[in-house]
Amino acid sequence: MKRKELNVELYKKVYLIRKTEEKIREHYMEDEMKTPVHLSIGEEAIAAGVCMALNVEDQIFGTYRNHGIYLAKTGETDRFFAELYGKQTGVAKGKAGSMHISASELNFLGASAVVATIIPVAMGTSFVNKWKNNGKLVAVFFGDGALDEGAFWESLNFACLKELPIIFVCEDNGLAIHSPTSDRQGYRSISDIVSKFECNVFREETTDPEVIYRITCNAIQLQKNNHKPCFLHFKYYRYLEHVGINQDFKFGYRSEDEFKRWYKMDPVTLQRKKLLENAHSEKELQEIESEIDKQIDNSVKSAQKAPFPDESELFKDVYA
Amino acid sequence: MRRISYREALNEAMMQEMERDPNVFVYGLDVSDHKRIFGSTVGLVEKFGAERCFGTPLSEDAMTGFGLGAAINGLRPIHIHIRVDFMILAMNQIVNMVSSCRYTSAGKLKVPLVIRAVIGRGWGQGFQHSKSMHSVFAHIPGLKVVLPTTPRDVKGLLISAIRDDNPVIFMEHRWLYDTIGEVPEDPEAIPLGESNILRSGNDITVVATSWLNVEALKAAEVMQKHGISVEVVDPRTISPLNDKLILESVKKTGHCIVADDDWLNCGFSAEVAARVSEFCFKDLKSPVSRIGFAATPCPTTRPLENKFYPNAIDIIKSIESKLELQPLDLSNEEFYSYENKFRGPF
Repeated sequence: MKRKELNVELYKKVYLIRKTEEKIREHYMEDEMKTPVHLSIGEEAIAAGVCMALNVEDQIFGTYRNHGIYLAKTGETDRFFAELYGKQTGVAKGKAGSMHISASELNFLGASAVVATIIPVAMGTSFVNKWKNNGKLVAVFFGDGALDEGAFWESLNFACLKELPIIFVCEDNGLAIHSPTSDRQGYRSISDIVSKFECNVFREETTDPEVIYRITCNAIQLQKNNHKPCFLHFKYYRYLEHVGINQDFKFGYRSEDEFKRWYKMDPVTLQRKKLLENAHSEKELQEIESEIDKQIDNSVKSAQKAPFPDESELFKDVYA
Repeated sequence: MRRISYREALNEAMMQEMERDPNVFVYGLDVSDHKRIFGSTVGLVEKFGAERCFGTPLSEDAMTGFGLGAAINGLRPIHIHIRVDFMILAMNQIVNMVSSCRYTSAGKLKVPLVIRAVIGRGWGQGFQHSKSMHSVFAHIPGLKVVLPTTPRDVKGLLISAIRDDNPVIFMEHRWLYDTIGEVPEDPEAIPLGESNILRSGNDITVVATSWLNVEALKAAEVMQKHGISVEVVDPRTISPLNDKLILESVKKTGHCIVADDDWLNCGFSAEVAARVSEFCFKDLKSPVSRIGFAATPCPTTRPLENKFYPNAIDIIKSIESKLELQPLDLSNEEFYSYENKFRGPF
């Protein structure tokens, strides 16, 4: 893909994520989306950049903070919003909600709210890909909080031991809920530690989806050559509270100045500016944006109108 | 019919299923070491290679999620724990992920995962190599929990568990490994979710799980000499529980003892007692009685260990009390001792 096209595609992804999350903020107080939301605002570059570098058939996994990767991977918003509204037309008929949203038919295979818990499942999936020699990659997304749980280390160890085709993507916002890494981690650098494993390690602090995309492409290439798993460590800033739609600087556990520093490099603004500098007109961008706005509006409207699942759905699919 | 041991039956089930279906694989700590999980995985790595039979790090939690990942992508993993006590490390994966995966994908994913675990009494094993815990797993919707007693059942139920598209917790009592019984050579699948009458009788029903069926059968044999006919019902699959045979038996006898190889409080025995009370209330001639582990951690020293685990004598005493019999003279009876290993019959 040419650089110009690539940047348009990346912009579509970050814009879709940002606008979807803002749409949720707009409607959330109506109390019709009865599901706790952990919004991806601030994280868009990572979701967009990594997913852009993956093939369609590559599989992803995530945590409760999963809207960004869901949208970057699938591009679809109809069943997404229906799931948040708890409707029959939702991607899991409302049984998953925001925290566990996934779409196996679009190769987003699962999301867990117990943060590192999804990582072993991703690792098992990559084992199957290696077993079948089908060339598929797995990318598993998690925050720095997941590093505190044993399942991460157990999975990293086994993936390195067995040379599994998996990319661990650590989206590091420096906070597990409200606890900063300085209160939780007895080591200086996660990248240093992981680099002692038989693993390809990349680390970057950027809000540029193109940079994330290039790093991921390099990681994938390296993985194909040396068969070692990859660990991508990306810093980002969570704009909003841990769960919910509001800012939470007033509680004093982090400073608004930090937010302001990061906001100067806002991924969506940055990518838009880049497109304008790369010979795209304001009009072109507005067309792209209005197309996405329309998609989101339509999805919300049809989700609102859709029926709830019948009560009998409660007992379905406990067993196969 | 040919007679083989429980461990050989287990082994044969895996061998035949791995031959039949190339997607079946076996993994877990020590599955391919020289001891082979009390002999139950003998020959698998030689026959199917290290790709389909491999040992793992001591990462019980991640290796369970690994099995889930493999299962939702078309393989049929068998994860083995040499003791259920180690499986507790995997509770997060089992309860938060494995059990709910199908449901929260609205039926899009299936989870054909078998988790084998050795349970129950050994030989001075103390409090971390001795538990059963099946009641805990039976509490969780989405899991199937199977406790085979006989060699024939262990083969037939393991075959069904492997072919099942749901996660199955498959629990094998350590002492049962030495039991011998008739087992067909062909891969005979015994359906999950069906109880089995191990011995027919008219005077009292004993619903027993796992090893306690052996003890219940011994108790029944003793009672027979004194003219009391005991029916022994083995539920085999405790979740989802098909209670039909249990309820029919209690309606016939009017008396029910539940001998569960687990703690009693909030346990499987309580579930059976509740169902019997609910559905056989008018037929009951005495309240349901329960026999299980002492409400303590498992002690190591033999006299206390003997007291901790229930046995045939406890069942006999319970029968005597329920039927208001004079205490029997048991001095000439030979009861099971692990020192002698099991000699059958089944």
